[in-house]
Amino acid sequence: MTETRKVAVVAGNRIPFARQDKTYRHASNSDMLTAALNGLVDRTGLGGQELGEVVAGAVLKHARDWNMVREVVLGSKLAPSTAAYDIQQACGTGLEAAILVGNKIALGQIDAGIAGGVDTASDAPIAVNNALRNVLLDINRAKSLQDRVKVLSRVRPKDIVPEIPRNAEPRTRKSMGEHAALTALEWGITREAQDELAYRSHLNLAAAYDRGFQQDLITPYLGLEKDQNLRADTTIEKLAKLKPVFGKGETATMTAGNSTPLTDGASAVLLSTDEWAAEHGLRPLAYLTHSQTAAVDYVKGAEGLLMAPAYAVPRMLQRAGLTLQDFDYYEIHEAFASQVLSTLKAWEDPIFCKERLGLDAPLGEIDRDKLNVNGSSLAAGHPFAATGGRIVAALAKQLDENGGGRGLISICAAGGQGVVAILEK
Amino acid sequence: MTDRYQTFTRTPLGRTLVKNLGLPDPTPLPRWTEGSAVIDGQVVFGAIGETDTGKAIQALLRDIGASFSTAAEGVASSTLRPKALVFDATGATSTADLTSLQRFFSPLIRQLGTAGRVIVVGRTPELSATPEQQIAQRALEGFTRSLGKEVKRGATVNLVYVAPDAQDQLDSTLRFFLSAKSAYVDGQVVRIGTGQLVGNDPAAPLAGKVALVTGAARGIGAAIAQTLARDGATVLGVDVPQNANDLRKVIAKIGGNELLLDVTAIDAPQRIAAAGADLGGLDIVVHNAGITRDKRLANMRTDTWDAVLDVNLRAPERITAHLLESGGLNEGGSVIGVSSIAGIAGNNGQTNYATSKAGVIGLVQALAPRLADRQLRINAVAPGFIETEMTARVPFAIREIGRRVNSLQQGGQPVDVAETIAWFADPASAGVTGNVVRVCGQSMLGA
Ligand SMILES: NC(=O)c1ccc[n+]([C@@H]2O[C@H](COP(=O)([O-])OP(=O)(O)OC[C@H]3O[C@@H](n4cnc5c(N)ncnc54)[C@H](O)[C@@H]3O)[C@@H](O)[C@H]2O)c1
Repeated sequence: MTETRKVAVVAGNRIPFARQDKTYRHASNSDMLTAALNGLVDRTGLGGQELGEVVAGAVLKHARDWNMVREVVLGSKLAPSTAAYDIQQACGTGLEAAILVGNKIALGQIDAGIAGGVDTASDAPIAVNNALRNVLLDINRAKSLQDRVKVLSRVRPKDIVPEIPRNAEPRTRKSMGEHAALTALEWGITREAQDELAYRSHLNLAAAYDRGFQQDLITPYLGLEKDQNLRADTTIEKLAKLKPVFGKGETATMTAGNSTPLTDGASAVLLSTDEWAAEHGLRPLAYLTHSQTAAVDYVKGAEGLLMAPAYAVPRMLQRAGLTLQDFDYYEIHEAFASQVLSTLKAWEDPIFCKERLGLDAPLGEIDRDKLNVNGSSLAAGHPFAATGGRIVAALAKQLDENGGGRGLISICAAGGQGVVAILEK
Repeated sequence: MTDRYQTFTRTPLGRTLVKNLGLPDPTPLPRWTEGSAVIDGQVVFGAIGETDTGKAIQALLRDIGASFSTAAEGVASSTLRPKALVFDATGATSTADLTSLQRFFSPLIRQLGTAGRVIVVGRTPELSATPEQQIAQRALEGFTRSLGKEVKRGATVNLVYVAPDAQDQLDSTLRFFLSAKSAYVDGQVVRIGTGQLVGNDPAAPLAGKVALVTGAARGIGAAIAQTLARDGATVLGVDVPQNANDLRKVIAKIGGNELLLDVTAIDAPQRIAAAGADLGGLDIVVHNAGITRDKRLANMRTDTWDAVLDVNLRAPERITAHLLESGGLNEGGSVIGVSSIAGIAGNNGQTNYATSKAGVIGLVQALAPRLADRQLRINAVAPGFIETEMTARVPFAIREIGRRVNSLQQGGQPVDVAETIAWFADPASAGVTGNVVRVCGQSMLGA
């Protein structure tokens, strides 16, 4: 086999993230992904060009969107001869898409590609329940009008109740927040620490907007220029006043302020070889050098639903020959403040590291000043599949701005999965 | 978890119906309250000859301030209403001596007071000097188990076998069986061996001790935590994060420490050891966390089977092994398992549960001899029908049967299990190891 090639992150773009049922309530996944993609094509001057591949996905997707990404490409400013496919790995979708594109570039199968993700919590695919679905299918099969009426008479009022997708695990029927609340209790994560993390997320994202950092990372959409969830003026006191929404009783600590809200949005990242970038008048911001996925058995309660990144990162570090401290930036997706804090605490815990990770010594502490320096999901919001692209683009730009360095990305996903990666320059 | 039937039998209408229809008539059992005497009432002591054990028993009776009379043979008297009958049968060297049982008890037994206590003390049959003695001693079991079924008004009958030269170890056990702490322990046989003599304060026998209680958020576990704390222990309460609120309430009341984890987690043994070490090491370990997932074996799913075995048996096994290996259990420490009569008698729909609970007995039997030379002990309680959330979920008819099919005709309270555990935990019970004591009101199941 030939040497693998370096995978450069060249540019990234997203639309501002909107809160559920607000500005983007009538926008579809395809609309939003097209907007993010076209913004990226415009900024990089790739209009009409054919790329190696576009890989993207959505977590909540209508059945009719079975070939969504290819359809988006056809409706975008890219050449219609650009191949595309859909993927889905819950909240890890966006980062996994970048890894897939990166791997093909590394292997020399393509020279450039776009990875993306989109999600809408407003235009969610509502399904009819199984009873009604069977009736409808039978109507379709019925031969005469009389037969159809007969079948239709089987419909009962309860059959008309739609099945709205919940942010819940099919196997435990618990929402992600309820799962995270249990993990928070196990790790003794306090309300104060969670609010502090949320506060810093808003502060950092607001500062990133203020210093113009987001300028070439965002394309305004439907009149929205900034993330709708961002509260630049929030304070610890305001956050402390919110009532817990996950968990119950006096041990409940997770509020709407320290948990991510349901959000709509899309993102896209351009990856390529150095040569391809140079040929197109573009320049690498950073390189995608390592990645790893892991999954945990959360069903029996043996491990927290969102703890898989805690396993993925040490495996990746070992392959990369790095320690947890060898980074200038840490991008740990803030699904919930408690999830970030549980992960960090686990890495500091000798028992967790020995018994669960099989390590002789704990991974240790990180410098909190290097964590989510431009804000993360608590402030920006979290349209599931779009988060990976947001993080990859922002971290690449931060590394470039810094004149080099190394950044860690860690994203937890439903189903007890984790997707992590390293960007370096 | 009230027993409505029992409450009803205390009403005038209830009394009439019970009498006329011959319905079960459970006597409300008094429970021990802090500060009360070991026993409140007259004790009659009898013996087969004068023995060291008999002397030790009498010394204890004097110690606890009991008013007692001694008699080789019982004497019926209309004024006598003894609260306890204690009989030293260690002197029985042959079956001929068994006559003394009848001579002593027959005249007295009808006069035994409400919630009375009968304690027969014998010589551990296996450790008898001669075959004749062994036969006679073994025979005692049939006597106490039958008498347990005869006595009325909430009285209990238990047999304590004491090893040669172990009479100095009797104190904590006699205190337990004489007092209301053993209200629901009936028809049991316990074995006491030699051990270090520990002179502790019977009012706070666990002072300075650290006790781990798993499943402490509710039910029997909460009662165990409270009882051990009452006896002076610092409690480390463990339960799953789902029950964090309940656990916090229990722990707040007793000023202990909480640890939220699933005992089946891969690192649970290490986490427990670490939390124990922070408190100076564990002295008492109570494996109370338990679950039921009832299904006939033909319908049993793999995960249903595994879940029960993991929580009820593998977790206690792993946690105990790690504590022993890592030195997480202090010298003189006491491990206590929570089995079940289902583990002894078996139960329809409980192959998984009964396997796990019989395994807990196996844990006791396997470890007791191995731990003895390290001054560590292991025992188990096997509760019968105890009024908790677990049993409140049992269908009414089955629950009603469960409550009544025992000599005391009622369910036990969580505190009854807790008091038995506190007796095991008491450092003064140094001679008590390898025992499985049922807290079942002498249930007919598996007896
Ligand atoms: N109630 C009875 O009649 C009865 C009879 C025989 C034996 N038992 C035994 O007594 C013990 C306590 O029973 P109970 O009636 O109080 O039950 P319960 O269900 O009221 O309480 C059990 C406690 O254990 C905890 N627990 C369960 N799985 C756990 C895990 N994996 N990790 C940590 N904690 C866990 C639960 O959260 C709960 O707080 C059990 O071992 C049970 O099998 C009870």
